[in-house]
Amino acid sequence: MTVQFSTLVIIICVGLATYGTRLAGYWLLRNVTITGRTKAALDAVPPAILTAVIAPAVFLQGPIEMIAGAITLASALLRLPLLVTILAGVGCVAGLRFMM
Amino acid sequence: MKLSREFRDGFSDIAPMAIAYGPIAALWGTVAASKGLSPLETVLMSLGIYSGTAQFVAMDLWHMGLPLAYLVFTLATVGLRHVLMSASVSRHMASFSKPMASLLLFWLTDEAWAMIERRALSKPVTPAYFFGVAAPLWPVWFGFSLLGALIGQAFGDSKAIGLDFAFAAMFIAVLAGFWKGPRTGAILAASAVAAVAAKLWIGGAWYILAGGVAGMLVAVMLYKDVAA
Repeated sequence: MTVQFSTLVIIICVGLATYGTRLAGYWLLRNVTITGRTKAALDAVPPAILTAVIAPAVFLQGPIEMIAGAITLASALLRLPLLVTILAGVGCVAGLRFMM
Repeated sequence: MKLSREFRDGFSDIAPMAIAYGPIAALWGTVAASKGLSPLETVLMSLGIYSGTAQFVAMDLWHMGLPLAYLVFTLATVGLRHVLMSASVSRHMASFSKPMASLLLFWLTDEAWAMIERRALSKPVTPAYFFGVAAPLWPVWFGFSLLGALIGQAFGDSKAIGLDFAFAAMFIAVLAGFWKGPRTGAILAASAVAAVAAKLWIGGAWYILAGGVAGMLVAVMLYKDVAA
């Protein structure tokens, strides 16, 4: 149970940098009234980031993840509860990996 | 008790994700131990950095004996997507006090952010809801990091039961709620293409930022079309 000084410095520096990125957007936009194009750009952030995070996991791994992605999307569009949708995706991946 | 109701809503909304955090954190702890980090260093890193992406990238870089500045800079670029997330989520936090918002934003992980954006589609977001979402994730994250560091080899393969796909599945489910017609489709397509291209040709974690910025650009271009 030891902590090396250099590791502690890294944890503190990276931790502060990461916390900084989490605060930055809030502090930059807190007192700004957002309209027009800026609002359109910010409205696009949630769907665009959500898509970007999953795109490699769904499109670059192989057919199993693409099929599971399609089934998850279908469950979501059918308005199934969140947990059911997640289980459908996870179950599909597990089942296909078991079979292939 | 309206406040505790809000907390419970957040807690139960994120509970499935909290369960999925366990194996991921344990895997990270196992990797960290294999790189020579002590269990205490492992748990401190999960407590203080609290970002799966940054921590996995950090372990990729660990063995190379990199200069500190390079490591911090690289991991800060990995975290740049948080700036967009925090900007976007700040619009639902207008009623939060500044210290409260600043405290809660420490726990703004990808999954917590996605859940809060989802909540904002139907109801105002309260500090209690945000805290309810954050509360179960962090302890699971650092707790299972420690467990992975101590007894990682015993965990087996979480891929076999598809748990690595849980995050993608949750994001797809949340994503469906943002659909507002063909313009959303254009934003999603731009983001997906940019993210895949960046992953293939740039590497690292730039793909998230690339997709986010591409989606925003398309939204701005389409906005001009509408206004004209």
